[in-house]
Amino acid sequence: MNDVKPKTIFEKIWDNHVVKRADGYPDALFIDRHFIHEVTSPQAFDGLKKRGINVFNTQRTTATADHNVPTKDQHLPIKEALSRHQVETLRKNCKDFGIELFDLGHPFQGIVHIIGPELGLTLPGMTIVCGDSHTSTHGAFGNIAFGIGTSEVEQVLATQCILQYKPRTMKIEINGKLGKGVVSKDIILYIISQLTSSGATGYFVEYTGDTIRNLSMEARMTICNMSIEMGARGGLIAPDETTFDYIKGRRFSPQDKSFDDKVEEWKKLRTDDGAEYDAVLKFNATDIAPMITYGTNPGMGMRITDRIPKMEELKEISEQVSFKKSLDYMGLEPGSQLIGKAVDYVFIGSCTNARIEDLRLVASMVKGKKKAANVVVWVIPGSKQVEEQARREGLDKIFEAAGFELRSPGCSACLGMNEDKVPVGKYCIATSNRNFEGRQGPKSRTFLASPLSAAAAAITGKVTDVREFV
Amino acid sequence: MSMKEKFGLLRSSAVPLPDENIDTDQIIPARFLKSTTRDGFGDNLFRDWRYDDQGKMVKDFVLNSPHYSGKILVAGKNFGCGSSREHAAWAIYDYGFRVVISSFFADIFKNNALNNGLLPIVVSDAYLKRLFKTVHKNPATEIGVDLQKQTVEVNELEERFDINHYKKTCMINGYDDIDYLLSLNKEIRAFDLTH
Repeated sequence: MNDVKPKTIFEKIWDNHVVKRADGYPDALFIDRHFIHEVTSPQAFDGLKKRGINVFNTQRTTATADHNVPTKDQHLPIKEALSRHQVETLRKNCKDFGIELFDLGHPFQGIVHIIGPELGLTLPGMTIVCGDSHTSTHGAFGNIAFGIGTSEVEQVLATQCILQYKPRTMKIEINGKLGKGVVSKDIILYIISQLTSSGATGYFVEYTGDTIRNLSMEARMTICNMSIEMGARGGLIAPDETTFDYIKGRRFSPQDKSFDDKVEEWKKLRTDDGAEYDAVLKFNATDIAPMITYGTNPGMGMRITDRIPKMEELKEISEQVSFKKSLDYMGLEPGSQLIGKAVDYVFIGSCTNARIEDLRLVASMVKGKKKAANVVVWVIPGSKQVEEQARREGLDKIFEAAGFELRSPGCSACLGMNEDKVPVGKYCIATSNRNFEGRQGPKSRTFLASPLSAAAAAITGKVTDVREFV
Repeated sequence: MSMKEKFGLLRSSAVPLPDENIDTDQIIPARFLKSTTRDGFGDNLFRDWRYDDQGKMVKDFVLNSPHYSGKILVAGKNFGCGSSREHAAWAIYDYGFRVVISSFFADIFKNNALNNGLLPIVVSDAYLKRLFKTVHKNPATEIGVDLQKQTVEVNELEERFDINHYKKTCMINGYDDIDYLLSLNKEIRAFDLTH
């Protein structure tokens, strides 16, 4: 494919993976890496068994148990029967089909989107899929990564390909210096609040600009992770020295000479001058403040010191109905402020914010302090490696002294599939990605925020402007 | 095999759910995703809207209403946002719906629906408004769907909808994406070796 037309990085990677483009059909797109977990894979394996076919290439498939695992006593058999059965089914399927599984107790186990990058399985230029919408996280390394349904998991297991129409492209450029107390989670919550939860549907996003360039890999992952929350199929960031430094020496990444050769290849993964996007948006980093959501979708966010919109500020009547329903669910009044609102739970975890840098941020804020008496604080590391690193750095001692509970890795209260649930009517400030009704447990109420804001709330027991602390 | 039946013409009364941004956690909450089969999810469709936290039926929720029934779900815009769980499409299908009409769907949900014989139909905002009004006024109103002609019709007012040619063919014939991909096996093998 040697067209002279300038291309975006997205188009370069996509075109490089088209096995077949036929009239009247979506592209058959080759998938370099397929991550699977216990919840969205069993029915796909059943499909393979029914058809009597094997996994196309087991070397390109990696499994872990994360969504439905307890975060306490992981060395013991899972108590809840259905959860245990689901994890056991994953074990059996991985064994039967010859797929490597980072099971509970394995030093590499963890949330699928956290272990891929930390093991060097996630690399620039790849196509990556997983039966989970936050697969977009991997895009931080300059690849095409997106979530798929179980029928598609079956397609990829069976053929290492997926049938897809090429999405449109959107560039989101952010320039400028971030203010005090503002971190990458605030950037993405701000963008989503501007675009709404459907504003990027049908698009694949490329994040650019000097604000993005100056972020660490882990901070970039937080941004790409939440691309789906504005409807985008995925989001990516062109790789640079920060990316290459992160990848170097990881467990499964290319080593020595092979790594240097790869870096030369990866350097070409950038959008050509003059390449066109279907949509372009620009934001200023100085407009971004610590953010928080007040409603029941991630688009319902605001600067933490702002007021919730009033009903009359909404244009459409249909919008007003959903808005009112959302605020009723949250127990909040239109036009009110969240600052000072008491919270009951603080959840620090999930594929959005459970990496070592997130835990360090939290620890830096709480060191020498204690949590407020009215809150329960859960810190759920994203992986076994993150957990070990936190202990090596003594973060566990800081959390313990503050009255935080450091548990074992898993998706946990982000989606409340296991027993980590926020009780009916309780407020939780969470570093995760979704504030949907009941997301953290039936009738639970979620405020999404950064690890810094969550840590500040843990100390004061209420929604707090983190800038008062830093 | 994901395709359950071929889709042609459908004429049915409808269930209206005008809420916007209905996410897949509402369609099927995560705690009901523990099954390892595709069946039985319909029982927990919209679980936390159908039942309160004591497990009692919520009388004013539309699925519990004696007035509304049918194979068509009409929903507010941005239906199916959030998680990629295909269980959402399975739950809607298992409950008995064969069509979801909205003015906007989230991407992954739309794909999942199409892969399971559940037809997502995108109509204009104005047409959606009219559907809600008509169905609310007379719950027995029947909506006609003709996939071949790509039209939806209510009280003789017709609107054409888009669907890509490939997915339309799959829906009408009950084909599966895997069948096509398996036919490319040789080409994929060759590709795998060089990438």
